[in-house]
Amino acid sequence: MNSEPAFFETPPQTVAVGQPLSRVDGRAKVTGAAKYSAEFNHLPGLVHAVIKTSDVAKGRVTGFDSSAAQREPGVLAIFTHQNLPKPVLTGETKEGKEAIGPSIQMTFMPLQSDQVFYAGQPVAIVVADTLEHAQHAAAKLRVTVTPEAPVASYQDAKAQLFNPGGKPDADAEGTKRRGKAAAAFAAAPAQVTATYTHATNHHNPMEPSATIAHWEAADRLTVYDATQGVSWQQRALSGFLGLPMEQVRVITKYLGGGFGCKGPIWPHSVLTALTAKAVGRPVKLVLTRPQMFTSVGHREDQEQTLRLGATKEGKLLALLHEKTSTTSQWDDYAETNSKFMGMLYQCPNFEAITKLAKANVMTPTWMRAPGEAPGSFALESSLDDLAYQLGIDPIQIRLLNHADKDPSTGQPWSSKSLKQCYQRGAALFGWSKRNPKNGLTRDGKYLVGWGMATATYPVNNSQGNARVRLYADGHAVVQVAATDLGTGTYTVITQVAADCLGIAPDKVRFELGDSVLPTTNISGGSMGAGTFSSSVYTASQDLWQKLTKMAVVDAKSPLFKAKPTEVEVVKGRLQLKANPGKGEDFAALMKRGNLTDLEGFGQGHYGAGYESAQARPAANSKSDDAGKEDHSGHAMHSFGAHFCEVRVDPELGTVRVTKWVSVVAGGRILNPKTARSQVIGGATMGIGAALMEQAVRDPHLARYTNPNLADYHVPVNADIPDMTVEFIDEHDPYINALGVKGIGEIAIVGTAAAVGNAIFHATGRRLRDLPITPDKVLAAMRQPV
Amino acid sequence: MNDFSYTQAATAKEATGRLKDQPQAAYIAGGTTLLDLMKAGLAEPPLLVDITRLPFKGIEQTKNGLRIGALENMNAVGEHPLVVQQYPAVSQSLLLAASPQLRNMASIGGNILQRTRCGYFRDAAFPCNKRVPGSGCPALTGDNHNLAILGVSDACIANAYPGDLSVALAAFDAVLTLENAKGKERQVPVTEFYLLPGTTPQKENVLEAGELIVAVTIPTAAHAQRSTYLKVRERASYAYALASAAVGLDVQGGTIRSARVALGGVGAQPWRSREAEQVLTGAPATEATFKAAATAALQGARPREHNAYKVELAQNTLVRALQQVAGA
Repeated sequence: MNSEPAFFETPPQTVAVGQPLSRVDGRAKVTGAAKYSAEFNHLPGLVHAVIKTSDVAKGRVTGFDSSAAQREPGVLAIFTHQNLPKPVLTGETKEGKEAIGPSIQMTFMPLQSDQVFYAGQPVAIVVADTLEHAQHAAAKLRVTVTPEAPVASYQDAKAQLFNPGGKPDADAEGTKRRGKAAAAFAAAPAQVTATYTHATNHHNPMEPSATIAHWEAADRLTVYDATQGVSWQQRALSGFLGLPMEQVRVITKYLGGGFGCKGPIWPHSVLTALTAKAVGRPVKLVLTRPQMFTSVGHREDQEQTLRLGATKEGKLLALLHEKTSTTSQWDDYAETNSKFMGMLYQCPNFEAITKLAKANVMTPTWMRAPGEAPGSFALESSLDDLAYQLGIDPIQIRLLNHADKDPSTGQPWSSKSLKQCYQRGAALFGWSKRNPKNGLTRDGKYLVGWGMATATYPVNNSQGNARVRLYADGHAVVQVAATDLGTGTYTVITQVAADCLGIAPDKVRFELGDSVLPTTNISGGSMGAGTFSSSVYTASQDLWQKLTKMAVVDAKSPLFKAKPTEVEVVKGRLQLKANPGKGEDFAALMKRGNLTDLEGFGQGHYGAGYESAQARPAANSKSDDAGKEDHSGHAMHSFGAHFCEVRVDPELGTVRVTKWVSVVAGGRILNPKTARSQVIGGATMGIGAALMEQAVRDPHLARYTNPNLADYHVPVNADIPDMTVEFIDEHDPYINALGVKGIGEIAIVGTAAAVGNAIFHATGRRLRDLPITPDKVLAAMRQPV
Repeated sequence: MNDFSYTQAATAKEATGRLKDQPQAAYIAGGTTLLDLMKAGLAEPPLLVDITRLPFKGIEQTKNGLRIGALENMNAVGEHPLVVQQYPAVSQSLLLAASPQLRNMASIGGNILQRTRCGYFRDAAFPCNKRVPGSGCPALTGDNHNLAILGVSDACIANAYPGDLSVALAAFDAVLTLENAKGKERQVPVTEFYLLPGTTPQKENVLEAGELIVAVTIPTAAHAQRSTYLKVRERASYAYALASAAVGLDVQGGTIRSARVALGGVGAQPWRSREAEQVLTGAPATEATFKAAATAALQGARPREHNAYKVELAQNTLVRALQQVAGA
């Protein structure tokens, strides 16, 4: 008989959780005390590296003239492919890929040969005593590249399209089928066929990527790196450098945004470590803003053709999706738009095809809701078309096609409150006053329109570890090798730990951002809050189990001789379930036992169901497929709805968003203040993609023409109205201990469609090419309605 | 960035003298344009001569109009009551530009001399006839979405001046006071200050080596008082104009007695349209007149693949601006 107490029965009593606690790291940030990765300047002998990149997008390096650069003051070394020490492994081999782990995104490693595959590819590294000396010497360094004609994108006449399906290393989805989509579409009484394009987008976090590599011994490396995951980065660097993981330490105390581009390992981090080893000094490298456009991935430029077939009543019969996008020379990367396409609405027949073109660009990567963000623009726009075609309210057509089970797996949802999101959003927005006809609402020169769209994001499976150390004096230190992207991880996990331990948040110090702490997953894929909270919860349970065992054998304890299973812990007090009056505070127990402190360790799961997770053997959280099976048998997603009002100037082509409502059902909301900021941020980023964001590559030279924040536009305050954000109270018993779904990405999903749908309502014109800039609006206005 | 020396000049003579001694040197005031160019390796002056102590200050009424010192900053001028009252278009052109922080730093003289945002000019990895004469212009068949359609040549289609102020200055017959190394002053109308690219896009204005902008004087006029600056961009703030229009009308009894029109964002230089003014002058202040003026203004447009929209956008912008002023 198992005498272990079954603490998993109940989530912790929430006191701090759910409160709008202000950021615990807020003061450190506004006073400048918070140290970002490029700010560890105390290291003895720290020197600076500057990457010299290729001007051209394709060719061969045929010569270097470093004579002038070498003569510059302060120059310590100039590295090219001819003299830079090689990594032990790279992502180009199967063995390397395995060792480096899931954070390998671009398998190509620059500076290994004379070949140039993309503009901005590193071709040399200059190391000098100061940043200015390194920059100046890099400017003096001459690199000759014999250029060849590059392929700029899938639209390039030279591009060759292929279906990546079936390739063992394909990240792209290839072909997916359910039912007989083509036949069902052909027979459908109502049809919508449309093609959508999405510009290349860049993450552009405020903090540029930065790495400081410090070899503390010949075989021991510490790296201060702007990364979304210190544990992943630790494993990746150990793979590249051939070091045991234990001898690589990665530290990221604060991160100034990531949006996905700081999730993977990128060449600059590895190159900094190699350079530091070669010069025998700690080396700091900070990417410039233009280099941020060619060093850390991007959302790929893509075209989607969507065919919807429906009944006359608006019920979906068939959905056919075809996507064409640009990838690099080595990696078959494409955002998996079809995952979202196949699950959002009930539709018996579904088919998705992906085609890629290899171009002279670096490998694209995850960018906030990869697949869901562009995919939702296509699906939610076409569904809007269908609604207008059939004269159905846009919300009604979504309710009509509501998926009561996951159409892609047939599994029931762990929880789904989408209908409540529509209902609450409509009420907040005043949707009932909507004019069902488009192009009829004018305000002076402006055309006013309303649009809405559905949002969803999966609960991606994840797991990780945590340690809690509770002191008899009532303080606690909680540790997870997590990162806080600036979203509030420090704060929300402090709240979770406080409730798990029954103490106030200001008695908890939550430490993160160091790979010596308990290993965990990256902060990405909206997995952070759910994984870390679950881990801290299980670690706390471990601690209470230890204390319970102590109490029941302690003759001076009121719980002496009780069965551990009869004991519960409420707000830090161990007591009998049957007789709560009988018990004691943890401090009393610990002091009597002469314990100043005690540790608990736990492994939390996100997305696999915490109950089933209990029954599972401890897994290595760094395994690629950890937790991929869903033991609870449920499909897990967060859902939401956006509502948007735009004002379109039909003569000047400008579109301004004037009203916004987002309602999200994301499980338990740990902190409504930081959660609201997440949703505002996601929706703002989506409005940027809808109306202005585009990185432009020259069609002949395959080099970006606007790699800076003056010319690559993201929304400014004046572009964003006061947003209304609400959450649906949702209890999900399957996701994880606290029922947290994660909200980092969902708010960008559907946003561009909500904007486009509002433009359609305002103007009667459907704009399908993102971003919707004034030139496109003017062209559309010339077309008949 | 190259090493450079820095010195502060106390007088115009000292400043021009420094540049006479070292012709590669550059003047610096607010630095909002120059530092960007230096960081990008597009300007490599061995010496910066700080001119902010020069007495090119003050906003005062003179017999020739309002005289604005070239070292006044953009916000100070844009918010000045005399500018707001007498030259609304000038005030708006300043306050719709850049960000408050930049406007507090940037001088009027520096604004007039700002360089193009053409991505091919701004990145030394690209060929560019303006930067390296004879190297070619990838913008002709490349990313020309934001570039000019009026006054362009086969060598260059950049809007050499991407900003706003000079558009308004060109419209309202502003005159620049320049001072050369000999201490000699000359007056140059803004409309004659900028040069079209032709075959020499590297030569952007008539400034002689070392010559300083001392002041700008805007004549008083009824059409300047009744004026507006309309700026169109996809982002609501902190963006250069896709198209803009500075217009002023003197309307009496429904008839336009005098008109001033200049366009921004579409010309190789701030684009004064005397063609549009001709259509407007003496005509009734009606939409038909405005449309005819807009057609006339864009008559000589030479659009490319991605900036063809600017013909219609500039026309509509001009019509809207004229409507706003006529209705005021």
